[in-house]
Formats: sequence, structure tokens, C-alpha cells
Amino acid sequence: MAHSGTPLVEMRDISISFGGIKAVNHVTIDLHPGEVVGLLGHNGAGKSTLIKCLSGAYQADQGDILINGEKVQIKSPRDARAQNIETIYQTLALADNLDAASNLFLGRELVGPGGFLDDSKMEAETRKIMARLNPNFRKFNVPVSALSGGQRQSVAIARAVYFNAKILIMDEPTAALGPHETQMVSELIQELKAQGLGIFLIEHDIHNVMKLCDRASVMKNGQLVGTVNVNEVTDEDILGMIIMGKQPAKVA
Amino acid sequence: MTNTPPTHAPQGTEAPVNPIARFVRATELDTRMLGMVGALLLIWIGFHVYGALMNGGGVFLTPRNLWNLSVQTSMTGIMATGMVLIIITRNIDLSVGSIVGVTGMVMGLLQVEFLPQYLGLGHPAIWVVTVVAGLLAGTAIGALHGWLIAYRGIPSFIVTLGGLMVWRGMAFLSADGRTISPVDETFALLGGGPSGSIGAAGSWAVGLLGCAAVLWILRSGRIARRTHGFALRPMWAEYTLAALGCGSLIGAVLVVNAYPWPKGILKQQNLPEDAFIAHGFAYPVLILAVVGILMTILMTRTRFGRYVFAIGGNPEAAALSGINTRWVTLKIFALMGMLSGIAAVVASARLNSATNALGDLDELYVIASAVVGGTSLAGGVGTIYGAIIGALVMQSLQTGMVLIGFGDGSYRKIVVGVALVLAVYLDNLYRKKTK
Repeated sequence: MAHSGTPLVEMRDISISFGGIKAVNHVTIDLHPGEVVGLLGHNGAGKSTLIKCLSGAYQADQGDILINGEKVQIKSPRDARAQNIETIYQTLALADNLDAASNLFLGRELVGPGGFLDDSKMEAETRKIMARLNPNFRKFNVPVSALSGGQRQSVAIARAVYFNAKILIMDEPTAALGPHETQMVSELIQELKAQGLGIFLIEHDIHNVMKLCDRASVMKNGQLVGTVNVNEVTDEDILGMIIMGKQPAKVA
Repeated sequence: MTNTPPTHAPQGTEAPVNPIARFVRATELDTRMLGMVGALLLIWIGFHVYGALMNGGGVFLTPRNLWNLSVQTSMTGIMATGMVLIIITRNIDLSVGSIVGVTGMVMGLLQVEFLPQYLGLGHPAIWVVTVVAGLLAGTAIGALHGWLIAYRGIPSFIVTLGGLMVWRGMAFLSADGRTISPVDETFALLGGGPSGSIGAAGSWAVGLLGCAAVLWILRSGRIARRTHGFALRPMWAEYTLAALGCGSLIGAVLVVNAYPWPKGILKQQNLPEDAFIAHGFAYPVLILAVVGILMTILMTRTRFGRYVFAIGGNPEAAALSGINTRWVTLKIFALMGMLSGIAAVVASARLNSATNALGDLDELYVIASAVVGGTSLAGGVGTIYGAIIGALVMQSLQTGMVLIGFGDGSYRKIVVGVALVLAVYLDNLYRKKTK
């Protein structure tokens, strides 16, 4: 898929090291509106670290982040949210002792007059978005620790979707899910893509990558092996990139 | 995610048949709190009956003892409300007793030795300046601890263990170990006593105001639920809650108004010996009530409170949600320092003196109160009212043993220690069962 125009996100020449080890080494990737870009590689290849520079959890030692062609500083998760970047972490990043509404609005609580929390409003809004994402969800007044894996996932997804994200980062969103819930996440990704969001998808399952992603960027040992258009390569090619770190014969 | 997944069976629960379970479900009362109140009543009745049977007269459930109990609980209760926040965020504060000691000395020296030089003895501004200075000193010490913990990464156990020793030493050095007394006359009222109470009429005013607040909270809660179309409590449950809330407030007023000034005080004040002047609520109890209400609002109705719980539940998730976890931690310890300052006001006013031993070992009773009151040391869970009830339980055990003449101080320590461990064990069982 050839893209014209300015990318939604461009991460240019990003490097970050921890105690002398280069976790991410001069990596450049980009993402266009309405596109799903898969980030692939072994555990420890640097995918999550790279993406955390975009979500504000880490700060790159070197390199630039451009949103719609403009250079931005993302120094904290708050900065990322201000750029309409939402992240669904692999760990889901839910506070287990709080209920779904408190988690959905964590850090962005709705307040009423006097600056006091408007819990009723937050619960009502949560009920609305959950009715769309997971219509059977009923456990609004219990801590999320009491929810099943799929229910917790839907809370984490609702949090990302509710705030009108333009850029969505999903770190192995289906890793802990059963086949049916995985299917639901796939449908959601298609739906969000159709709405014009750009999605970075960190994914291990090559089958899902082939099905959901437009392009795939493969990392190995902190370096970018290459970026390919998924419909121009086979899954064998991508596996070769992941395992051997070699470019397929036909490079995008 | 628009399909109906088979794994998500309808999660609504059927109506319970057991009438107690139905009552709890309808009123939405916290069963843990009901358990604690039950345990408290058991302790009270137990001590009273034991006294009646063995010593020829129960003295626990008397207006006089309950009034004393309320005053004695205040100091621990005030600090326990702050310890809840500390423990929720998986920290500990061992220094609160020493902060009471050092802020007590600061306030003692200020009002007895410094301010009278400039303002004159008994100047009406003395107590205000003293209290403000004490609270500021406590807040500053707490903020220093919080900074070391949050921004310098030193474990709270170590920082506050150091604080425990440093501030106790400072309390001694500040006046070379002297006892500073007597305190300013107005300041002394904050410690309670016949003059440091608001009397019968004032207590009725407080009680009725409280009742109005209970009714207003129930009503506005119902309106908010209706606005958003949430399930409403049945009306009988609303009336039961209103009756319970107002009933306990009015009961408390009746108790404190049934305890008259002692004859000695009447004589001192040149009043007829057969006059009945009720104590009413003591100032320390009112301070505890105000602190308890403000802390409850802080924890349940503000962003700060929400962040405290979030940090306790999952610190990483809190940080990823854009919460400045370090700044929140610093504020929690500063708040704990300020509450220790308030406790020091009550303690030194009650003793009418400041000594370097003020608040010694209080940290243990404060932590025990919070934990007995249901604050989980694993973090993320705790309530303000629980900590206050916890403080009341701990104080009741101690007072009760004194009243029935059970051994000396060492037995009290043993019983309180056993009670602490037992309470946490029972709480663990409860949590496992309800999970």
C-alpha cells in the first residue's frame, strides 16, 4: 500500500539505552491514518520499548517524534494523551482495586461543580461505551479484579476508545484472550481503522498480522530489520525477518 | 466487540433469600463495617457484663466512660485517618508518634516561653498562632519524609524509622528534656474536659445538623441515581439508613449530655453543688469528626483520593495514566504530618503540658487502628471510617481492661497485641470468602 501525504506518526531515528544496552538502536517507523502497522520481533527485540517512547512511558535518548509532520515532545503519558495517542498495554494497566468507571477515567476524571468527582456521570458514560463494546458487561460496581480476562480487556479498550484517540497503540491485545474474544478485538480493529485511526499493533501471532495489518515493521536486537507491505509478502518472509533478521527477496 | 460472547454469561445476581443478606443488599451497607461495629458492641457489652457480674457493677456502658472513651480515641483516630492513605499506597509511617512529640514541644515553647513575651500572657491570639505553627511544623516534617521517599527513592520504612529517632531526639533537645506547662488557657480547651466541651445545647445543634446532613446525602444520592437511570434502593432501605444514621447521632448526643460536670468542678466554678451541667461533645471529638468527614470527602470525592487508591492498586498503571505518583506520595506524607500536628494539639492540650515523651509509641496504635479498621497492608484498600472504628476498638480494649481491673499495663499490651493479630486474621478469612 503506497501512502501519499504526511504520515500521522513518524518516529525518526529513535535510540534508547538502559545501562549501556541499546534496547532500541536508530529505528525509524511511520504510521498513516486508517492504517494498521504491525510491530514484530522476538521478546526483547525492543518493540515495547520503542512504542513506550510514543506513549510517554519512556523518553528516547535520541531521535524525533513527528505527529502530522510536526515535531512534538512527549515527556509523559499526559503529553501522549494530549496528542490523542492512546495505549492499550499488554498488562492492561488497570488499577485492580477500582471499578470499571474509575479505571476508564483514571487521570481524566469528570468533575462536577466544586471540583468534586462526578461518579454517577462517569458510570453513566462507562455504561454507554460498554454497551457498544461489550453489551453483556454488567459488573460496573465491583473492582476490576473481579472481572474475567475478556472483561478486563474490554475495560482497557474502552479507555482507549472513549477519548477519541487518533493514534492507538495495542500491545498484544489478544494475548490473554480466548478465540471468541480475539475475534471481537479483530472486528474492533477493523472498525477503528475504517474510522481513520492509525493503529500500531504489537503482535506475535503471524496469522493475526497477515489478517489485520497493512504493513509490518520487524525488529531484532533493538534494530529495525525492515518494513514490508503485508500483501506483498508471505508469512514465511515475515518469519524469516523475525527469526533470521533477513530481508525478504522483494522489499517494499 | 459487538457480538454476544458465550463467555460473558449475564452477570446480574438473583435476589438472595436470606433476610440478612437481603437487608445488606438493599441498604448497600459495607458488611465489613457491620462486622466491626458488631465486634465493638460485643467488646462494650462484654466488659460491662463482666464488671456487673464480677465487680458488682458494670461501669463500661456509662455516660462517663463512653465520654472518656470518645476523648481518648480522638488522638489516635485523627492520625489513623492519615495512616489509611499511607498504607493504601503500600507505605508505612513509623514516625507519627515522634512528630507528635516534636510538634508538641514546638507549640509548648511557642505559647509558654516565646509568644507571651511579645503578646502578653493570655493574649487571645496565642492559641491560634500556636496551632497554626504546630500544623505547619508537622506538615513540613511530613513533606520532608515524603520528598525523601518519593523523589529520592528511600523506602518509607527506613525514612520514617529514621524520623522516629530523629524527631524524638529533637523533642528532647528543644527544651533539654524539660516539661513545658501550663499551656495557654484557651489552647487547653482543645484537649477536652468540662470546659473544653460544647454543652447540652451545642451538642443538640451538632447532632441535628448531622441528621440533616445524613438526610441530604441520602436524598441527593437518590436523585443522582435517578438522573442517570441507575437502580434505586428500595424506599424501606432508604428509611432504614436514615433511621440508623440519625439514631446513632441522637444516641451519641443523649450519652454525652447525660454526663454531668463533676462536683469538684462545680465548686471551682462557684456553681451550686446539685446543678446538672452536661458535658456534651468534647472539642477533641469534634475535631476528630471534622477530620473524619474532610478525609472521607478527600478520599471518595476528589481526584487526589482516587489517585491514592489507584497508586495503591497498581502504581505502574497510575503512572501510565498520567498521574504524578511522586507528587501524590509527597502530599500524602505531608498530610500525615499535619494530622500528627493536630493530634499533638489535642494531646498537649489534654495534658496541659508539652513533654518530650508526648506521643511515645503512638505510631504502633495508629497503625494498628488503621489495620484493624480494614486497611490492607497489601495496598489499595482502606476506609476512613474503618480506621476510626479501629481506633475505637483498640481504645475500648485498653479502657475496658483498666475498668475491670484486669492486671497491670503489661496484660493490656498482651491483649491488644493478640487482638491486632486476630483482627487481621479474621479480615483475611473474610476477604477470601467474599472474593
